[in-house]
Amino acid sequence: MSIDQLLGLATGVIFGFLLQKGRVLRYDKQVAALLLKDMTIFKFMLSAIVVGMFGILALHDMGIITLSLKAMNVGGILVGGALFGVGWAVMGYCPGTSVGAVGEGRWTAIFGVIGMVVGAGIYAQMYPFFKSTVLAWADLGKIGLPEVIGVNHWVIAVVFALITLGMFRWFEKKGL
Amino acid sequence: MINPEQTRVSSSKGWSPYLSGALVGVLAIVSVYLTTIYMGKSTYLGASTSFVRAAGLAVQVVDPSYVAQNVYYAKEKVVIDWQFLMVIGIFFGALLSSKMDGSFKLESLPPLWEKHFGSSVPRRAVFAFFGGIVAMIGARLADGCPSGHGLSGMMQLSVSSFVALAMFFGFGVIVANLLYRKGT
Repeated sequence: MSIDQLLGLATGVIFGFLLQKGRVLRYDKQVAALLLKDMTIFKFMLSAIVVGMFGILALHDMGIITLSLKAMNVGGILVGGALFGVGWAVMGYCPGTSVGAVGEGRWTAIFGVIGMVVGAGIYAQMYPFFKSTVLAWADLGKIGLPEVIGVNHWVIAVVFALITLGMFRWFEKKGL
Repeated sequence: MINPEQTRVSSSKGWSPYLSGALVGVLAIVSVYLTTIYMGKSTYLGASTSFVRAAGLAVQVVDPSYVAQNVYYAKEKVVIDWQFLMVIGIFFGALLSSKMDGSFKLESLPPLWEKHFGSSVPRRAVFAFFGGIVAMIGARLADGCPSGHGLSGMMQLSVSSFVALAMFFGFGVIVANLLYRKGT
């Protein structure tokens, strides 16, 4: 195994361990989040985003790492995002959690995993079609919130963190 | 309808989602750092590209020439890389954690599913399969999933990721309500 693969495996084991400990792998949790009845998934994701955001922005400011933003391809993000939402609600797992769900014994998630591999194969076959249609509508490139809003990234990070903390307080007050 | 009491009891041995989520944030930072140092390229958490590679590897067994001339496989490269092993690692991490705290449970039908759609495993399999196809076509069009966009992209303040996550949840909420709200 190469160093890349070893690093990936170790990262994944810890990631899966934490996803399972947070109890976010379960179909019931995922769907309850989409029904807005249980905010576990939101608490988990937002906590990860806030912590990660501060560390990554700091490492980037120090010139240690490079950012890797994904392009704001309007058609791809809007149509793809909508399709993903539909499939997510039906399947009850997202790509990362499906694999973890199988790991904690929810074996029927494997049908979702197989469906996603087949879906990826269909996409590869249809890629030229998407590229000349949906993906060709408008591409705004790899843009970040700081340059779009025109404020320093730390301002956005602090505001984001404060909004998140406010939401957490509200979740706890409502018992969600 | 989910019984909140039951949810609490069954998750009593888990960790707080705030703690486990925050630790994923730390993992994301450490992992970007280590991949930069050891692989020479800052690499962020993500999952959906690995499904393309898995599809490519599977098709390669039957028809290697198809994979070789497909534009998309050429673009994403059919290799067993960092992320592919990370996705496999998620399986083992979840297995390890659930075995350690006794929450591992062989379960064929999620309780919420059974309540709404009955106890047929094939029916669940068909829904999960087709849901998976739609979700992955969507994730590839959007160039990411709740890991790549939701976690990694939001951490980097990427505009595309904020919009993508809003679309994921927006449409997820609509469809989940159509499917499961009835009778609850």
